[in-house]
Amino acid sequence: MKNEKVKLTINGAEIEVPREYTVLDAATEAGVHIPTLCHLDLHDLKMVNRTASCRVCMVEVEGKPNLAPACATPINDGMIISTDTIKAINARRMAVELLLSNHPTDCLICQKNLQCELQTLAHRLSVREIKYTGEAMTTHLDTSSQSLVKNQNKCILCRRCETACNEIQTCGILTALNRGFHTTVGPAFNLPMQETSCTYCGQCVAVCPTAALTEVNHVPKVWDALNNEDKYVIVQTAPAIRVALGELFDMEAGSIVTGKMVSALRKLGFDKVFDTDFGADLTIMEEATELIDRLENGGRLPMLTSCCPAWVSFIEHQFPDLVDVPSTCKSPHIMFGTISKTYMAEKLNIDPQKITVVSIMPCIAKKAEAARTELALDDDNNVDIVITTRELAAMIKEAGIDFNKLPDEDFDHPLGETTGASVIFGTTGGVIEATMRTAYEWLTNEKLENVEFDQLRGFEGIREATVPINGKDIHIGIAHGLGNARQLLEDIRSGKSQYHAIEIMACPGGCIGGGGQPYHHGNDVVVKKRQEALYKEDKNKEVRQSHKNKEIIELYDSYLGKPYGELAHKLLHTKYTPKERI
Amino acid sequence: MSTVKSLEELKKIREASLKQMNIRKVDEDNKIKLLVGMATCGIAAGARETYNEILDTINEENLENVYVVQVGCMGYCYEEPIVQVNVPGKEPILYGNVDIKKGREIIEKHIKKGELLQDSIISKSFHKL
Amino acid sequence: MKQYRSHILVCAGTGCQSQEGHEIIEELKKQIEKANFHNEIQVVKTGCFGFCEKGPIIKILPENVFYIEVKPSDAKEIVEEHIIKGRRVQRLLYEEPNIHERLEQQKDMPFYKKQVRIALRNCGLIDPENIKEYIAEDGYMALGKVLTEMSQEEVIQLVRDSELRGRGGGGFSTGFKWELTYRNKDDQKYIVCNADEGDPGAFMDRSILEGDPHSVLEAMAIGAYAIGANKGFVYIRAEYPLAIQRLKIAMEQAKEYGFLGRNIFGTNFHFDVEIKYGAGAFVCGEETALINSMEGGRGEPNAKPPFPAESGFWNKPTCVNNVETYANIPPIILKGPKWFKQIGSEKSKGTKVFALAGKVNNVGLIEVPMGITLREVIFDIGGGIRNGRKFKAVQTGGPSGGCLTEALLDNPIDYENLTRIGSMMGSGGMIVMDEDDCMVNIAKFYLEFTEEESCGKCTPCRIGNKRLHEILIKITEGKGTKQDLEDLKKLGEMIKISSLCGLGQSSPNPVLSTLKYFYDEYLQHVENKHCPSGVCAALKKHEIVEENCVGCTLCARVCPVDCISGKVKEVHNIDQERCINCGACKEACKFNAIAN
Repeated sequence: MKNEKVKLTINGAEIEVPREYTVLDAATEAGVHIPTLCHLDLHDLKMVNRTASCRVCMVEVEGKPNLAPACATPINDGMIISTDTIKAINARRMAVELLLSNHPTDCLICQKNLQCELQTLAHRLSVREIKYTGEAMTTHLDTSSQSLVKNQNKCILCRRCETACNEIQTCGILTALNRGFHTTVGPAFNLPMQETSCTYCGQCVAVCPTAALTEVNHVPKVWDALNNEDKYVIVQTAPAIRVALGELFDMEAGSIVTGKMVSALRKLGFDKVFDTDFGADLTIMEEATELIDRLENGGRLPMLTSCCPAWVSFIEHQFPDLVDVPSTCKSPHIMFGTISKTYMAEKLNIDPQKITVVSIMPCIAKKAEAARTELALDDDNNVDIVITTRELAAMIKEAGIDFNKLPDEDFDHPLGETTGASVIFGTTGGVIEATMRTAYEWLTNEKLENVEFDQLRGFEGIREATVPINGKDIHIGIAHGLGNARQLLEDIRSGKSQYHAIEIMACPGGCIGGGGQPYHHGNDVVVKKRQEALYKEDKNKEVRQSHKNKEIIELYDSYLGKPYGELAHKLLHTKYTPKERI
Repeated sequence: MSTVKSLEELKKIREASLKQMNIRKVDEDNKIKLLVGMATCGIAAGARETYNEILDTINEENLENVYVVQVGCMGYCYEEPIVQVNVPGKEPILYGNVDIKKGREIIEKHIKKGELLQDSIISKSFHKL
Repeated sequence: MKQYRSHILVCAGTGCQSQEGHEIIEELKKQIEKANFHNEIQVVKTGCFGFCEKGPIIKILPENVFYIEVKPSDAKEIVEEHIIKGRRVQRLLYEEPNIHERLEQQKDMPFYKKQVRIALRNCGLIDPENIKEYIAEDGYMALGKVLTEMSQEEVIQLVRDSELRGRGGGGFSTGFKWELTYRNKDDQKYIVCNADEGDPGAFMDRSILEGDPHSVLEAMAIGAYAIGANKGFVYIRAEYPLAIQRLKIAMEQAKEYGFLGRNIFGTNFHFDVEIKYGAGAFVCGEETALINSMEGGRGEPNAKPPFPAESGFWNKPTCVNNVETYANIPPIILKGPKWFKQIGSEKSKGTKVFALAGKVNNVGLIEVPMGITLREVIFDIGGGIRNGRKFKAVQTGGPSGGCLTEALLDNPIDYENLTRIGSMMGSGGMIVMDEDDCMVNIAKFYLEFTEEESCGKCTPCRIGNKRLHEILIKITEGKGTKQDLEDLKKLGEMIKISSLCGLGQSSPNPVLSTLKYFYDEYLQHVENKHCPSGVCAALKKHEIVEENCVGCTLCARVCPVDCISGKVKEVHNIDQERCINCGACKEACKFNAIAN
């Protein structure tokens, strides 16, 4: 029954809450804090981890001899719950002590120091000694991949990564292995990550409470490049960075820090500070043209966007028969890398061999993407180093820059002008909206009065909309989260899908919820605020359509020629290869 | 075979199979027990044929409360084949020279109707085997 | 139909089969054929008789003579003596150790005297591979009755009225479980038979499936009808090949007779059964773990609720019952709840099958009425302790049950009572220990088992049991302290109340119960560094018993570290500092002059 309410007592106080609540929800509403560890509920992003495995949130329920996990216990009418009895407190503390007895104590030098949920919990419960000591897990470190590092010694078996990998992303890479004390999480047969079909979407990293799963740290490589006098080091920042970076400097979620970010990057010593948004505008030029080409010349429909490397890897491994549906466009930061080592190098008269391109990405899959050989130009990686939002913040802190006091500065040129269309690339629905803003005008030769396509926005996992262009209905599908993407692909495969264009982003929420972003620690509101900020940044832009970006027009006029033309094809497009599913 | 479509059909199969199984239900003390002497002398005198005849008669008559057991030498070698009838609560009766015909008679008269075959009784006062 | 005058029942359970049971059957057949009796004598393979201690067992009917420890080479004598001449083969009869008398009949043997057989009613009586024999024993009558004469509600009410409780360990009301599943409306429901018997040494479920598979199939069909399911699964461990084979044969036969399949008994009820194989993880006996395993996932439990009755196999309402529970259903339907309730104690009705093991004379499978005392089971049925040793403890409920002392032996066996005194019914393991067993070592042994069998999902079970085990190792190595005893208790209690599933919640039982009832023994280990039973090697202390030592010097000569000194014909001495407690001296001594 909807809207049904239930009365229960928590620590002596009566409270009335909706029937579908758990004990944890009810306690939170009653202002009673119950510590949790394995639990995770990203409400609107539809990711819930209710394994009830850590046994930290144990409470007493009257009439039951055993304690109950608050996070997974549904409420009943007249239930009497105590969260503060000595029995509950002792059990909770002992659970944390047991976890700590099997956890390395190298917190001082741990990648997750001060970001670790286990550390926070130990602090909160004032654990001062670990009574039960004994054998601790010793597994080998998995550093096989370009994107993530797996250190099972730090795993507390909350299984959030499994939920993310299997239920949300449906990749099925991570699973619990072995039994008893030696239980661990990893791919089947404990294969190195590199040998699996992992897409490196990084959602496991995003939800890992400890440092069992982290990104590969490329900060030292960036320092080396910056300190190499022979190198001309340029940096580009993805749209989603500017609305999230502030969180790591104690700013509120949704703060827009574009100017401070540019300023900080200059202070770090980058020779040029550019914007991946320029690459995004370039992508629209190519992708919109490709879409029109496919629409008008009977090409393969629907066309799927290809900005997201995790998504590209997903289709190669999981739907090898459908590798002809994604757009052949390289992703924006790779396009940017190519253009900077060709057009820009020519324009600024720099030897391309000396240019180092660093991308700041909200994503760890971009690290693996940059290493894809098919994206390379003359055997040279277009993008040399990829670091995440978190790694950038670490550099700024290490350099002693007082981020909050920085003045606002602008991006460099000639690759610095951007539009509102490219800004919204960072959120689900943004890429396809940007595409439509351009495609509409090109197809109709009319001016688009309202560039905001509200029907394409939102947080629903799968959305669809119809945009009438020239009397023809263009059907658009949007999915974020690979599980939702899978559903759309199944529909395409079975012929059920009638879409013309589909946008897919691997991470729930899009790049704003990426695996390289500041940890949301289970708070989905943070991700939503980043989205709001992106739309705000878009609104503030004078030019909001990619094909009206003056520097883009200049690039085509003076260098590339026609969008989707010969040179554009050579530089800005790629191909996909069917791969084995492991 | 065709499948069982009713309880009645099942009961029929049960009846047919039960005869086979009756022999195994000997733990119950309220059954009539027939002992056939089957030592070398008994067999030589035709005890095996008698035994089989008795068994067949019991089956034909669908007697569920009777079972037949072979035993060793009973000591009355001159009267072989020998059959002893133990009716619960009654003195055992020992018959001598039980051939096929007499075997059938024991079932039909003694077991079914309770009439003793006076002519063939060897003894009726001894301890139960 | 041809009537045989005599039946030779040969146990074809796994235990007897592993001791040349098959060869015995072949040899008997050969000898009977040779004597030209093959038209009169039938050799039947049946399920387990339970008296596994004395297996292989054969029983000859109608004489009802019970032969034990039969070897293939005995077949000739059995046929020549018993079958042809009607003489008992005396040496193969069971000899009652207390009265030294050879007993012919099963019913006279103390092992069987106090048993009441409901679940095992057909084991050792019928040929499990012959459906007709099952039918002769009222087989499928209950299903016929239920389908043609009763409504779903009536079936559930009948089972509820019988007060039958789950025999797999939890002791939850079977009828209520059926009702919960019945109440959850869904287009698809499932019924599952839990045959994942994981307790070491327990084999009641296996024996039922081997000896009477049709009773389980019939009960599953009855349950399926009651809850509204049309699909059933038997989840069985792959290491039970014989049970699987018999079950498969039974399924084929049941299909042939129309007890499985469409329109059973001419009604609209359809029901099919499929076998799902488990890999033998102990935790897969837990129903949510079992369902995960059935779905192809990792065998680990989920937090309940939701219970399987609401959301089970593929998220559909699912009813999971244990093999033994099912075996009780057909007689309950046919004889009625009143009959069933006459047997047993106030809150636990009917019987329970136990796998009696350890240091008793009569090891085997027994079925006893609930409410019988532990003493009766151990001393009357089990025939007391082996080799005249003294009883020390009995552990009920499998690896996570508790160890109970002599003083508790007059407690009646039922769900509540066993839990109250710190153990549990479990699935029916019963292991008897004597004075040679060290209780700390026993606790350590069980913890090693649960530590290994833990699925590793929840913290208390995964890490807590590991720590418990480590502390116990420490104590048995002589490195324990009194604080460790305190820690064991605290940690054990925490694991009990905060683990996710029944495995974790009961895993500390062996530790907690031995701490409670054998605290002195623990104290001896930590304070005096002494293991009173002489089991813990590190705590063994070899000493010369002065009054027995004749000074033969043999011990000094065998000692590998030369730590024994003494002159000929004088009392010797062991240097404790250097002694490695290998026990060579004790073994060598002919005068019982070395103690440990």
